[in-house]
Amino acid sequence: MTTDTYTAGRRGYGRHPGPPRPPEGPYGERLFAGWMTTGRPADLAEHLARYGAPPSFAARGKHVLIEAVARAGLTGRGGAAFPTATKLRAVARAKRPERVVVANGMESEPAASKDKALLRLAPHLVLDGIALAAEAVGAAEAYLCVAEKRMLRDLRELIAERRAHGIDSVEVQVCTPPHHYVSSEASALVNWIGGGEARPTTTPPRTAERGVAGLPTLVDNVETLAHLALIARYGPDWFRSRGTAESPGTTLVTLSGATPGPGVYEVAYGTPLREVVSLGGAAHDVQAVLVGGYFGTWLPAGQAAALEYSGRGLAAVGATPGAGVLAALPSTSCGLAETARVLEYLASQSARQCGPCRFGLPAAAEDFAQLAFGHCDRGTRERLEHRVALLAGRGACKHPDGASRLAASALHTFAHEVRRHLAAGPCPAALQAPPLLPAPTAAIGDGDWR
Amino acid sequence: MSRAQRLVIDRIACTGHGLCAELFPEHLALDEWGYPIQAPGPIPAGTTRHARRAVAACPALALKLAPAAAAQHPQNPQNRSDPANAVRKYR
Repeated sequence: MTTDTYTAGRRGYGRHPGPPRPPEGPYGERLFAGWMTTGRPADLAEHLARYGAPPSFAARGKHVLIEAVARAGLTGRGGAAFPTATKLRAVARAKRPERVVVANGMESEPAASKDKALLRLAPHLVLDGIALAAEAVGAAEAYLCVAEKRMLRDLRELIAERRAHGIDSVEVQVCTPPHHYVSSEASALVNWIGGGEARPTTTPPRTAERGVAGLPTLVDNVETLAHLALIARYGPDWFRSRGTAESPGTTLVTLSGATPGPGVYEVAYGTPLREVVSLGGAAHDVQAVLVGGYFGTWLPAGQAAALEYSGRGLAAVGATPGAGVLAALPSTSCGLAETARVLEYLASQSARQCGPCRFGLPAAAEDFAQLAFGHCDRGTRERLEHRVALLAGRGACKHPDGASRLAASALHTFAHEVRRHLAAGPCPAALQAPPLLPAPTAAIGDGDWR
Repeated sequence: MSRAQRLVIDRIACTGHGLCAELFPEHLALDEWGYPIQAPGPIPAGTTRHARRAVAACPALALKLAPAAAAQHPQNPQNRSDPANAVRKYR
């Protein structure tokens, strides 16, 4: 797994000028405001002192919050950047009166730790967001899904404390679904909560129509809900006072790789990517940056540095902020080897339901490994490109699409390396450099989806 | 005159029998493992009979025809990656 975010972040501090910072850990002005002030996770008293109790929209009508979220332009922070208000509306307008809210804190991206950091440092913002979203869509049932069993007890205690103070009208159940890459996909989560397997199901129907036990279900990333809790208090104009017109607000980024200060950073959308990376201290000798996560895009360092970190800024080169992962690849590493290991991991994480993901993805991963670590001929390389292209758009979920995007961007960005590997076999870095991107190797058994 | 139609494949139900590509070659091909590769967009004009034949013959009941407009769902909120960024951009 990744190095621990909280200790890892420490190394970044004191190396560059900037605003005063707490002695260690993540950095940010909104979601991490409490942490920046005190340097410790915010308990309920501190949270209430800083933000006050979450406002009630009962008297104003529940659509008021949804419209505020719409005007704020909040988008999902789990990876797809879907407009949050659209999802809220879909569930709020559902015919069935019983509705469900699911807060997704699974963070199955091995290179990401922002959701874990948020749940540890500002859990009450997330819990506020769950309660407010539940009120807005008319849900009496809410779940908070997290990956690690050791988070269960703490979160349950926080929830009980909030209940005792009469803060939440909805009872939030904390649960730990199986922690596989595709298990945090919305349809997989609701399927598991409803008593099934944590595997994606065919969409449509979307979870807003048929989610947990067939009920209309709002599935939102925990960071999204924390932003919602702030919008509920301070309004859309406040939210838009940071970020760009198209990508308003701040967002959490997990920085890793060739940086002196890996960790979680809260940045305003629109910040130059060069500045985002340098929040971890002066990074040097970076050859490429993985943007978004394992469904993301490799960009050459020079090209990446010049971009604006926002949906629009990254779209110019076919990338997205995704799950907020930025991994800087040092020139001493081989991008093909890194990608090959990640593809093998993604292949191992398939839910093994759809043919292209079950057969095509492992085959593409094997070809890629051949290119990275073995002796690859022209025929294998052409077959690899063909197999990679055929993954997109052919699964029930977007797992094969994401793997395809990653592989295609690697072949493009490391084209020079591809030629070298084809001509002379694997480069020394491919064989010797320690792996940069975490790629857990645990195989998933058929019984591991319950 | 019927409206444009789209062939919808349930990828989880599909087990790669491959009959569909044989019965509806105007729109479908098979990959190395016998799973369908679909041409983009609605089915070509004048192929509805072949499409229906493929739908009816699928042993896994994984195919259906839907109006082309309705099949173009707004982006699925649950999609983890943005389909707007297709692999083709790199080609």
